[in-house]
Amino acid sequence: MSASLDKGVRVLKEMIDAPIASYFSSCVHCGICAEACLFYTETGDPKYTPIHKLEPMRRIYQQEYTLLGRLAKMVGLSKSVTDEELAEWQELVYNSCTLCGRCSAVCPVGNDIVYMVRKMREGMSAAGHAPEGIKGAVTRTINIGSPMGVKLPAVKAQMKHIEADTGIAIPLDQEGVEYMVTLSSMEIINFPEYLGAIAKVMRHVGRTWTLSSEAFEATNAGMQIGNSDLARVIVSRVVAGAEKLKVKTVISPECGHAYTALRWEGANLIGRPFTFKVQHIVETLEEFRAAGLLKLEGMETDRLSFHDPCQLARRGGVIQPQRNLMKMVAKDFVEMPDAGYMNWCCGGGGGASSIEEGEELRLEAFKRKKRQLDAVKPDRLVTACANCRIVLEEGLEHYKMNLPVVGLTETIAEHIPDPE
Amino acid sequence: MGELQFLTWVRGSGLNLALTIFVVGVLWRLIEIYGLGRKKDLSASRSTPGASGWATILRRSLPPPGMLPASPVSYIGGYVFHVGLAVVVFLFAPHIALLTSIAGVVWPALPSQVVDFVTVVTMAAMIAVLVDRLFKPVKRFLSTFGDWFTWTLTFLPLLTGWLAVHHLLLPYTLMLAVHILSVELLLVFLPFTKLFHAFTVFGSRWFNGAVNGHKGVPV
Repeated sequence: MSASLDKGVRVLKEMIDAPIASYFSSCVHCGICAEACLFYTETGDPKYTPIHKLEPMRRIYQQEYTLLGRLAKMVGLSKSVTDEELAEWQELVYNSCTLCGRCSAVCPVGNDIVYMVRKMREGMSAAGHAPEGIKGAVTRTINIGSPMGVKLPAVKAQMKHIEADTGIAIPLDQEGVEYMVTLSSMEIINFPEYLGAIAKVMRHVGRTWTLSSEAFEATNAGMQIGNSDLARVIVSRVVAGAEKLKVKTVISPECGHAYTALRWEGANLIGRPFTFKVQHIVETLEEFRAAGLLKLEGMETDRLSFHDPCQLARRGGVIQPQRNLMKMVAKDFVEMPDAGYMNWCCGGGGGASSIEEGEELRLEAFKRKKRQLDAVKPDRLVTACANCRIVLEEGLEHYKMNLPVVGLTETIAEHIPDPE
Repeated sequence: MGELQFLTWVRGSGLNLALTIFVVGVLWRLIEIYGLGRKKDLSASRSTPGASGWATILRRSLPPPGMLPASPVSYIGGYVFHVGLAVVVFLFAPHIALLTSIAGVVWPALPSQVVDFVTVVTMAAMIAVLVDRLFKPVKRFLSTFGDWFTWTLTFLPLLTGWLAVHHLLLPYTLMLAVHILSVELLLVFLPFTKLFHAFTVFGSRWFNGAVNGHKGVPV
């Protein structure tokens, strides 16, 4: 057994807890999870059945934690997990799983399959079987500070542009303000309109906020690859930044997994509860709306639909707020089939979009999104995740669909009246 | 061993042995699984009505929207044979009489013609799910020896019971003994095969619901 395989198996063993033992013991091989997975429904290949993606972990569970499994292993009746096997499973655990959680939502015996995939990735990355694309993103985040290699000067340059465009000063490192706004690299590089929209919203509602020079990046490739040690290092930057500036709330950007990393995994990664609140920007906007602070003008007249990011809706519990906000600005708002809790993934979440060799499969899986969109034919698609947005744009271009994709925050900000 | 001796053994020592393995096996497996525990979640919870472990235990008994057409045989066949099994096991007069003799409990039985009909329907549903397993690519792909084995273990008590009641194939005494033996085999293997989902299904649904309930997601 190679050292890395040994480590991988040890980590997988450590990952197994009562829920995982219960899940593996409950599976009746009904295959219903496959029907919920876009990688199966769009390819028809049974190897993409979600529970099958966990087969090496299941065997380790059986061999290490059950009496009969231990006996079978002792007398040589069950085979150990091999390096070749884990190499083969890399495609199943990363390329063809976006951690979207539809499988966990439909399993009749209640198995939270994506909870297990997240843990399985810990073992896979320890064994050295993670895709180069995500490895690169992790390395850049650890060494440079962001998965796309964005450094503070790039943020500062964007701040300057936005200040020039909007005439609003972007606060940096201001202590004692209410909100610390974090970003995803994608927003810094591709969608700077997000930061401009935040500036407009905050001025409109009269709340204090700041960016942090140490904690502007909210994404967490360490979580996506499945390395809790690195995920902890990355999330600790945000925690340190927020605590240093003594803010009440950290706003997670329009990014699905950054929200999961901060909102649900963060405290568990650092081993203590946060001293501040974490909100996705959609939740913050909803709070402003509910308090009557958003006094918007005008309505969009073209047909709009909303793509729910999996980590925000199904895995994050934020489902109604985006609809309330859409209805403030959209005259013709249409819901796609399965929208909301059971929405279909864009196909590139959970780190999948950074896997180059997974692109063909991703585009194949996008046919599901295409069908959803074809059913309601919107003129524009709104979402609240920069990664969904990029993946959607790639898919739409591939299938030659002329459909602009925009962010929810900027859509709201466009209806904020100019101050008198 | 004569037919009568065989029947006496399966009704006496055989049953005791099977019940002992079943009870010890179930307790052992429950401890083996749930004794592993889990880490406390340190993130701030958000509560939403209908989002909890208990809600999920109930809700997962129904197919989520849109899933029924995707796997109709699993759902409909599954319902029919699970409910059918419960009816046959717990509402057939001779079974209640046995439970009364063991545990002293008693409840009303269904007329035997009704139980007979339910048995046939249950067997038909089990054959349907077996055929589905053979021909539906995903189910075929996932299937292991355990799936065929546990199907047989579950089917045999139904078949032998029905044959015994109708005095078919074998002399009644022998068929009754074979029937009881098949139930004993089911009891012995239940804790150590996928049939153990009969117990863990509640724990699994609860964990899934509790994790999501913490996030305010009604799953």
